[in-house]
Amino acid sequence: MTSAISLRPTATDVADVPVLEVDGLAVAYRGPEGFQRVVHEVSLRVRPGEVVALVGESGSGKTTTAQAVIGLLAENGRLEGGAIRLNGTDVAGWSQKRLDGIRGQKISLIPQDPTSSLNPVKTIGAQVAEVLQIHRQGSRAEIGARVIELLTRVGLSQPELRAKQYPHELSGGMRQRVLIAIAIALRPALIIADEPTSALDVTVQKRILDLIDELRREDGTAVLLVTHDLGVAADRANHIVVLKGGRIQEQGPTAEVLAAPRSEYTRQLLADAPSLGKTRSAARSKPVHIGPRRDAIVVENLVQDFAVGGREVFRALAGVSFTVRRGTTHAIVGESGSGKTTTARSIVGFQKPTAGRILVDGIDVTSLRGENLRRFRKTIQLVYQNPFASLDPRQTIFQIVEEPLLNFDPLPRDDRARKVEAILDRVGLPPAVLTRRPHALSGGQRQRVAIARALVLDPQVLVLDEAVSALDVTVQAQILTLLDELQQALGLTYLFISHDLAVVRQISDTVSVLHNGRLVDGGAVEDVFQRPGSPYTRELIAAIPGGRNLDPRSFR
Amino acid sequence: MTGLNTIGRSLLRDDQDVLDGASPEAARVSSGAGWLKTVKSIRPGLVLAWFVMAVVVLWALFPQWFTSYNPTVGVARQQLRAPSAEHWLGTDALGRDLLARIIHGAGNSLSGALVAVGVGLLVGTTLGIVAGSARGRIDGAIMRGVDVLLSIPQLLLSLSIVILLGFGIVNAAIAVGITSIASFARLARSEVVRVRASDYVEAAFGSGGTFGRVLLRHILPNSLTSVIAFAALQLGWAILTISTLGFLGYGAPPPTPEWGLLIAEGRNYLARAWWLTTVPGIVVILVVLSANRISQSFGKARP
Repeated sequence: MTSAISLRPTATDVADVPVLEVDGLAVAYRGPEGFQRVVHEVSLRVRPGEVVALVGESGSGKTTTAQAVIGLLAENGRLEGGAIRLNGTDVAGWSQKRLDGIRGQKISLIPQDPTSSLNPVKTIGAQVAEVLQIHRQGSRAEIGARVIELLTRVGLSQPELRAKQYPHELSGGMRQRVLIAIAIALRPALIIADEPTSALDVTVQKRILDLIDELRREDGTAVLLVTHDLGVAADRANHIVVLKGGRIQEQGPTAEVLAAPRSEYTRQLLADAPSLGKTRSAARSKPVHIGPRRDAIVVENLVQDFAVGGREVFRALAGVSFTVRRGTTHAIVGESGSGKTTTARSIVGFQKPTAGRILVDGIDVTSLRGENLRRFRKTIQLVYQNPFASLDPRQTIFQIVEEPLLNFDPLPRDDRARKVEAILDRVGLPPAVLTRRPHALSGGQRQRVAIARALVLDPQVLVLDEAVSALDVTVQAQILTLLDELQQALGLTYLFISHDLAVVRQISDTVSVLHNGRLVDGGAVEDVFQRPGSPYTRELIAAIPGGRNLDPRSFR
Repeated sequence: MTGLNTIGRSLLRDDQDVLDGASPEAARVSSGAGWLKTVKSIRPGLVLAWFVMAVVVLWALFPQWFTSYNPTVGVARQQLRAPSAEHWLGTDALGRDLLARIIHGAGNSLSGALVAVGVGLLVGTTLGIVAGSARGRIDGAIMRGVDVLLSIPQLLLSLSIVILLGFGIVNAAIAVGITSIASFARLARSEVVRVRASDYVEAAFGSGGTFGRVLLRHILPNSLTSVIAFAALQLGWAILTISTLGFLGYGAPPPTPEWGLLIAEGRNYLARAWWLTTVPGIVVILVVLSANRISQSFGKARP
């Protein structure tokens, strides 16, 4: 064993010797212009049993910092300076081979994406056993026993069965538990958790974070938690490090950072974080009603079956009903598989429901065919979750926004150009983007383009399918503000599909909660939040991160 | 679940994306060392491939620039001469200059390859696009037909077609083209299916697009890149296959200069005049390799 580090400090100096001390870290990536520094002068320390959260937006250098600590920088990355001390020993200059000796044993990683982080052709048991075999922890039988013990430890039911299963047979939350089992297998002193729950549903996220918390408390392991969600950091960390553009903006004990943020950027982040308890009533005025008080969307007893394999039928929606008043925002909330996207697609007319009725602006969508359906699309538009996939990479922004106009009663070229420019101005994009292609825009800008494309036909109803979930919190806040302004100005009706209850509370007037294709709760947002009608809704609300360490009024 | 995972992945990547927003200093440095970067970015293999292709195309277009000998009429008492200053690559059994025959043969071989790829590209891609965008029964019918084409060994299929159509360079090219329809159709279909499933195509339908418009505006431009790269690859393969047919005597009738035929004719004098088979063989190999290299660079340039 190459490492000579003692990672078991004696009881007396527990609080003094940090497990991890990063000092003046600088990392650069080789790009087309040579090496470019993306992490500047980052210093932080993690003491035993402590959770330190690295918080920042995408591109802030948080993942790069974490990768540098464990020596797993991307191939074009280079450590340019600084020290990484594990229990006092500087490992910054160590070779990969030397690092192999401590990785897994003294320091381990919980990766972000449970789907791609497990080997699909090996059983769960074999993958957990691998780390034990690499570090030669006993005989085959001992390792087998230890694997079962670990799987039990991370709360997997029927561990013997799980060990024999393959990753695709497990749910996302279960896979993340397996990854945690691998990370804690050798009882490391430090675990780096890189966005461990970003790909998971909110209730699963809570359970996984609880598990990490529990393991930390029991084993005294230190955790470096990398997250973009300030709410998660607020709940789980003792110490918060805020990164932006590869530089530390601010760091300190969680309570202090949240109560009295020193940097402008942290204040901004706190104000934008939806999970920190904002409600709609505070964010905006009363909904506007234009014209007669009609219902924009009426859904009655919607049933959707999908054929699975041969004759089996999977019921994705089992009798869902709700109505949305014109000019208001209705949210559909649920976890993946709850049927919320199915509902949205039926309402927009992309699929025919098995049974039930959908009225949009008085028109029965389910009976529309061919040309009538095409005409109907003028009244309702869908904005997709992922602005990277919903814009044609080969078109310019002008072409993208112009396209819907070409599909209906043709306007003269000049009128079209004027209309496109006006709508881009409306969504807050400069005319300079007209000639660019989507890849030259940021995620937020792209989502604005997608909204502009949806609005250019002057629709009555906008269906937003997780339209802000892929965006950073500050960008998310901007888009939500934009949506609000547009609703006020144009009297739009929104159907807002989301898994994020915090965002829903911020933007919508009424809400339907779906669970396994059934409507379990519904009504005005505040009613549902204050007096949830079903245990499932209560669980969802309890799982919103950011509720623990924070009083929302303190930073307003 | 999948949707969320994509976000997860994009977040994971984002730290490296910082590089995209190049700082002004970096931009200044690059403009100074711009020429150095250009020099560095040149890949010698690719340059060589383009050079070979350019030379062969020039041979095909203006053979008289490169040689003054007649490719079909031999000179008496000049049979089977070894390479010399007078005949750089020697002469064949009828006293014809080999270099002249190779140079004049470029036209036949290249146009044959172009016709072959053209047939495959047009018919195959159309079938693939129809199958991929119509789906259902039409898709099933077309793709099963393609499977039948694939199940017959390619050489056997092209030989049978030549026999049906009659001998000749164009017929051989058409035969070769027909055998490549299947692979073009499969590739085009898979690309169309991929693009059709993307959000932006659904969004285009959602904003009132008719089927034809969406096909022209989104599906075709986004699925054709890899088909084009594949066509470049097929060019090399078609030259090789046409030469094979020529070698077997199913292509151009003698005395037409055609690379496959040259190799076949030289075969009888392998012991006495090795250059008669070797040199045309090397030319074919060089052209095929160049076509492959160029198609590879197309494939890499895809967004």
